[in-house]
Amino acid sequence: MRYYLKTLAFMCLALIGLCSQVSFSQEQNFAQTLTFDQITEQLITAKQTKQKTLLIEQLAAIDDERKQLLLEDLQQGSFYYRKEDKRPVYITREESGYALTDVLSGEAYGVVKKTTVRKVSINNTLRKQLRTVLAWVSLSDEDVDIRLGAATELLKSPDSANIELIKSVLAEEKNPAVKVVLQQTLAVIYLASEVESERLVAIADLEEIQNKEVMQILANMLEQNEAGEFSEPSEKVRAAAESALNGMRSEEKFYSVVENLFFGLSLGSVLLLAAVGLAITFGVMGVINMAHGEMIMLGAYTTYVIQILMPNYIEMSLLIAIPAAFLVSGMFGIIIERTVIRHLYGRPLETLLATFGISLVLQQMVRSVFSPLNKTVITPEWMSGSMQINGFLSLTNNRFYIIIFSLIVLLGLIFLLKKTFIGLQMRAVTQNRAMANSMGIRSNWVDALTFGLGSGIAGIAGVALSQLTNVGPNLGQAYIIDSFMVVVFGGVGNLFGTFFAAMSLGVANKFIEPMAGAVLGKIIVLVFIILFIQWRPRGLFALKGRFVED
Amino acid sequence: MTNTAFNPRSLLASDVGGRRLLMVLLAIAIFVPILNLAVPESSVFHVSTYTVSLVGKYLCLALLALAVDLIWGYCGILSLGHGAFFALGGYAMGMYLMRQIGDRGVYGNPELPDFMVFLNWQELPWYWSGFESFGFAMLMVLLVPGILAFIFGLLAFRSRVTGVYFSIISQALTYALLLAFFRNDMGFGGNNGLTDFKDILGFSLQSDATRATLFSLTAIALLLSYLLCRWIVDTKLGRVLIAIRDAESRTRFTGYKVEYFKVFVFVLSAMIAGVAGALYVPQVGIINPGEFSPLNSIEIVVWVAIGGRGTLYGAVLGALLVNYAKTYFTGAMPEVWLFMLGGLFVISTIYLPKGVVGVFQKFKSKVAVEPDDPSIQSKEAAS
Repeated sequence: MRYYLKTLAFMCLALIGLCSQVSFSQEQNFAQTLTFDQITEQLITAKQTKQKTLLIEQLAAIDDERKQLLLEDLQQGSFYYRKEDKRPVYITREESGYALTDVLSGEAYGVVKKTTVRKVSINNTLRKQLRTVLAWVSLSDEDVDIRLGAATELLKSPDSANIELIKSVLAEEKNPAVKVVLQQTLAVIYLASEVESERLVAIADLEEIQNKEVMQILANMLEQNEAGEFSEPSEKVRAAAESALNGMRSEEKFYSVVENLFFGLSLGSVLLLAAVGLAITFGVMGVINMAHGEMIMLGAYTTYVIQILMPNYIEMSLLIAIPAAFLVSGMFGIIIERTVIRHLYGRPLETLLATFGISLVLQQMVRSVFSPLNKTVITPEWMSGSMQINGFLSLTNNRFYIIIFSLIVLLGLIFLLKKTFIGLQMRAVTQNRAMANSMGIRSNWVDALTFGLGSGIAGIAGVALSQLTNVGPNLGQAYIIDSFMVVVFGGVGNLFGTFFAAMSLGVANKFIEPMAGAVLGKIIVLVFIILFIQWRPRGLFALKGRFVED
Repeated sequence: MTNTAFNPRSLLASDVGGRRLLMVLLAIAIFVPILNLAVPESSVFHVSTYTVSLVGKYLCLALLALAVDLIWGYCGILSLGHGAFFALGGYAMGMYLMRQIGDRGVYGNPELPDFMVFLNWQELPWYWSGFESFGFAMLMVLLVPGILAFIFGLLAFRSRVTGVYFSIISQALTYALLLAFFRNDMGFGGNNGLTDFKDILGFSLQSDATRATLFSLTAIALLLSYLLCRWIVDTKLGRVLIAIRDAESRTRFTGYKVEYFKVFVFVLSAMIAGVAGALYVPQVGIINPGEFSPLNSIEIVVWVAIGGRGTLYGAVLGALLVNYAKTYFTGAMPEVWLFMLGGLFVISTIYLPKGVVGVFQKFKSKVAVEPDDPSIQSKEAAS
């Protein structure tokens, strides 16, 4: 009898062991092979939180596009199943009931009564898990923007529960922007730690990341409340935070200088674009073209017309507008040269008056044709937005492109003047008209082309300006005085001088602005130029040589 | 032919155009107020106050054109910033008129003009002091433009900034002033400028008699300035100026201190422009920073060019003609006006190098003038 009992007990134990063995292996199996469909099915049938937890973990691990939607809907409580056939569905609440969408196939079943479906319920434990899992899913997405968004989301609600998750994602992450946000999140979590050493490490980590938010976090730590208590109790940590903060402040100062420099250079590029055409007509030909501003305006209006003509190709419109504006303004330039300026060579003051008259006519023409109101020129997507260089510095795309573009235009122009045959002819006519004539250069023809070139470049400047300012009949007037200043400051007849003058005036303007205000800054620059001309009446880089007439 | 004494009769002996102009000026200075005040409104000969003010405004602008012709026509200095001196004179007058308002402003502050009360200023800025006195204000009308012109001219001419370079920096000067006067902190009323004037020397600016008097004063100021300019260009000084215009280097090498001559005539011209501004403001009732706009300054040059540069009376004629046309066309056909003005610039520079006056002379002499084809000269001159 004792033997029997003993055997029975052993058998029971063995049975239990076997059972547990079986269930264990089943679990293993289930972890490796379950598909999305199976998980969904089991989520519906699962009763216990533990089971669901396991299923959600599995779901996060599998590779299936549908999983994120399922996780989100589960979290939001819109994951249901049909009572009749246990078909898993998502619901959208509508007045008459629920609109159903199949989880597996995405097929829509139409609106049904609320009672025909049942919710797959979740509790707080699961909600918390789902949040982490969803963050993890987004954080391992292939799209950088989604990853960045998820990381920023985490930073908004720092939670020590996420430490492991962030660490694991951080190890895999390649993109620097996402990495920074994750590191910052981690540091912020550690900063809330009870342990002093962990907080110190966190500050050291934060020091690596430089942006305004981090500075705010550190500054908050150093704040005193009314009772004179610091929000950070440990003096050691406070000292570390303070030194980190000071370091960042100097960094910030440095980058604000860089930013000002960038703004200055972009303003300089605008000036360069506006002035470089003038540098040709005024500098090379000695013609004071007061209608130069209107050539810029015509270029801007050409951009507008191109966008009207091809509304479906806005992205490409600027690229098409550049040659079109060059041609339009260039043609106007050639017409003006042939009909008016030709008669006035060697009489610069008269040229000034005549071209001013032309500028009035062109302005009124645009007013009559397009109305006196400003026109909107659309900015293509690739021109808008900005580049985040680091926490303290972001550069807007349109300004960046305009800097590049102005340099291309300048280099192209220098190439044309120095390396091509027509450029050679232009320079020859400028230096000694009579001699050039006797060498067989048709100076009339060269004059017209040079003037057309200068005007065409102004047209291109108009395309660029259409992205920065309002396109209206007075667009040109706003730039004509600045353009003349640039050319005169840089030295007439010297493209390098024009470049240097435009950039230095642009940068000077942007650095004076914060101190004196925009208008006063401009006045200071103008007065500086007036005084500068007294000192060097021929500009910074004056031409030398015997062809320079007095 | 050089007169050293200021003697109007001998001055005008060879200046037929000037003689006629002065007679007309004298006539309107006397008769227009009479026709305005004494003749009843029903009469055909009545001149309305509106016309008086309008013509008075033209005469101020003509005075300004005269100032520009003195430096451009006789000394070759093309200032594209002469509007600045005009506006400064106007502001000096405006400040006096502002102080005359006293406590009759909207806010009723006896010390501060309305715009200062509006901007919460507590006391009058130092540069406003003295403007309650008419004599001081009139001194400033001459001195402010004069001193600015002296500094600017001395700097520019001593460094031998000439030709288009001078034109461009003078344009920069007026542009800088434009921006400055637009600022509220400058204490000149910012964007709105100075306006709502009540009276001048105790006479109401709204009354017909004051307006007629201002008109006569303007005509007389133009007359006297004309004689002054004519006298200057006829003296030896004037000869030197013309020499500078035609061959600056040669004049310098002959031993003349070119820059001092230029500074002198530039300052004188700026003062005349200041007087023109001072007469202009009470007649139009407002002065604002718009007067500094470079466009205005270029327009003055166009009046001179269209009338006939280097004749003095041509400048006056040009200013009157163009401004009359402007009033007419901006009223009747506003769209066409800029086309017309622009066209006038082009045509007058290409086909009428001597302006309207030149055309009359051509008709009168009926002798073929020497061939004047700019396209032939130009190529040689440019090389």
